[in-house]
Amino acid sequence: MQGLEMLMGNPTFAFIQLLNSISMGMNYFIIAAGLSLIFGVLRVINFAHGAFFMFGAYTCYTVAEAWGLGFWPGVVAAGLFLAVISIFLERTLFQFLYDKEHLMQLLLTFAIVLIMGDAAKVLWGTDQYSVSYPEGLGGAWDVGVTFYPSYRLVLCLIGPLILVTLWFFTERTRWGRLTKAATQDREMLAALGINVPIIYTGVFLVGSALAGVGGALASPFNSPVPGMDVFIIVECFVIVIIGGLGSLWGSFLGALIYGLVFNFGSVIFPNWQDVFAFLLLLVVLLIRPWGLFGKPEQG
Amino acid sequence: MTSPMGKAGQAACLIAVILLALIPAMGEAYLVDLATEILVFVLFALSLNVLIGYSGNVSFGHAAYFAIGGYANAILLTTYGWPLALAMPAAVVLSMLAAMFVAWFCTRLTDIYFAMLTLAFSMLVWAVAFKWRAVTHGDDGFVGVAVPRFLDDRVAFFYFTLAVVAAASALLWLICHSAFGKVLVAVRENRTRAGFVGVNTRQMRWTAFVVAGTFAGIAGAIFAMYNRGMYVENAFWTQSAQVLIMVLLGGMYSFFGPAIGAAALYLLERFANEYTEYWPTVLGGILVVILMFLPNGLVGLAQKVRSRLAGSGGPN
Repeated sequence: MQGLEMLMGNPTFAFIQLLNSISMGMNYFIIAAGLSLIFGVLRVINFAHGAFFMFGAYTCYTVAEAWGLGFWPGVVAAGLFLAVISIFLERTLFQFLYDKEHLMQLLLTFAIVLIMGDAAKVLWGTDQYSVSYPEGLGGAWDVGVTFYPSYRLVLCLIGPLILVTLWFFTERTRWGRLTKAATQDREMLAALGINVPIIYTGVFLVGSALAGVGGALASPFNSPVPGMDVFIIVECFVIVIIGGLGSLWGSFLGALIYGLVFNFGSVIFPNWQDVFAFLLLLVVLLIRPWGLFGKPEQG
Repeated sequence: MTSPMGKAGQAACLIAVILLALIPAMGEAYLVDLATEILVFVLFALSLNVLIGYSGNVSFGHAAYFAIGGYANAILLTTYGWPLALAMPAAVVLSMLAAMFVAWFCTRLTDIYFAMLTLAFSMLVWAVAFKWRAVTHGDDGFVGVAVPRFLDDRVAFFYFTLAVVAAASALLWLICHSAFGKVLVAVRENRTRAGFVGVNTRQMRWTAFVVAGTFAGIAGAIFAMYNRGMYVENAFWTQSAQVLIMVLLGGMYSFFGPAIGAAALYLLERFANEYTEYWPTVLGGILVVILMFLPNGLVGLAQKVRSRLAGSGGPN
């Protein structure tokens, strides 16, 4: 319990852990929000989301480091690249499975995990790459009681920014309303003359691009390496299930909780943080089987 | 599927077991090992199919019970020096208890939420296997399992595996074709209706989950001895996905389909690895083809071909 004493006795240390939790949570939120968005509309649990994340990180490396174009162009390129990949996958594969059983969809996304894992090995090899922090964000800023890495502070701002943007689009625009309608009654919407397939493609694109951006933003401290995809996806599942599948606010809160449990867990019980994350999930599901913001399933 | 096995079916099973029993006579160590490993995965896939094919619940965390059975057997044999006659039953009981506990949570949910929760539990098992180094040796793997002397020989181990897998499969067949199995199919086909005629659907699903977990534990316990070790990867979710693919490849709406799927996938992997290092891509491609064109797997394909050949045209 050495860690607990440090947390109690040293407020600055505790504050740093808090900032670590929030910045990690915000990074995970960006990825999990994409997963949750896709589930909310398409009702597909996308195992390939982790592979999208990995491709985002690799793309950022290629653009920022190998081509030397800078970090932020790398982030944008990651989002665009994943948008292109996702349109291709949605048009060639996913669209045929919306009416099929969930098992089929799960396994199709797993097939994409397998293929993209190999594709990453062909494109980038099996080395671990390092991506440097963006210009001007390599140092630390004064946050009153202590200095804290500036890049992580920026992440703490990007997360809420994406939250607000997504919220605005889903709640305040015509596209958002159509998207919601598509989750409620697809056939009725189509009967009203709305092009439903294009909504599905759009949602899949946005969700996947978020995974790519999340991967790019994570790359400075989560170096792109083969196999990172199958780990991140499980963490994202934990987040969206805690928050409630399909809920934007749920994935935000879930990501924050996950960040807190992971960071404080690793201080108090070093090495057991993963176990805590899954235990937390079980506790939440015991109290609210559909997650904090989720709605009970129908039928 | 639910019709009792006829004389022909019984004969076919007997012949299959006899043919398998003759494999060591061919004198190739490689073949004996291959057959042993395939038998383990046949049992693993058959156990999962009780849950998927019969009760209609897709578990994405079936590797957990395989790993619990395997780790428990390995640890009891090696660390505690228990005899096999105690260690293996204890390992299987442990898998069963774990499945009972998890099933209680998971059967509160259905469909995708059920799948996600089974996944989460299996990752909990993975995390424990990974982090509890003192007992499981973490990511180094639990190596050097003390296999009993009488099973040290490759051929002896094969016969042991064949006997256990054949007995376990027969038991599973009886369970799936009992009144319980028929009720499970009713629950799969229409949970609401099954509930209306007085079936406690949640309890049925719970029982199917426990049966599946227990038999996966048996497969895991054998695997730990065959492999002389257990590794954290055996509990990872990709392992659960692998066994799901076996079930799907063979055909989940038939009892023996998953056994065929397990054997086919295993042989295919061995074969592909000789030619390419990109087995995952091959597997992904196979998966896409099955999902798009063969929803009932190899067994479904065989039935289609047979009805085509019979010239009856068959219902399309």
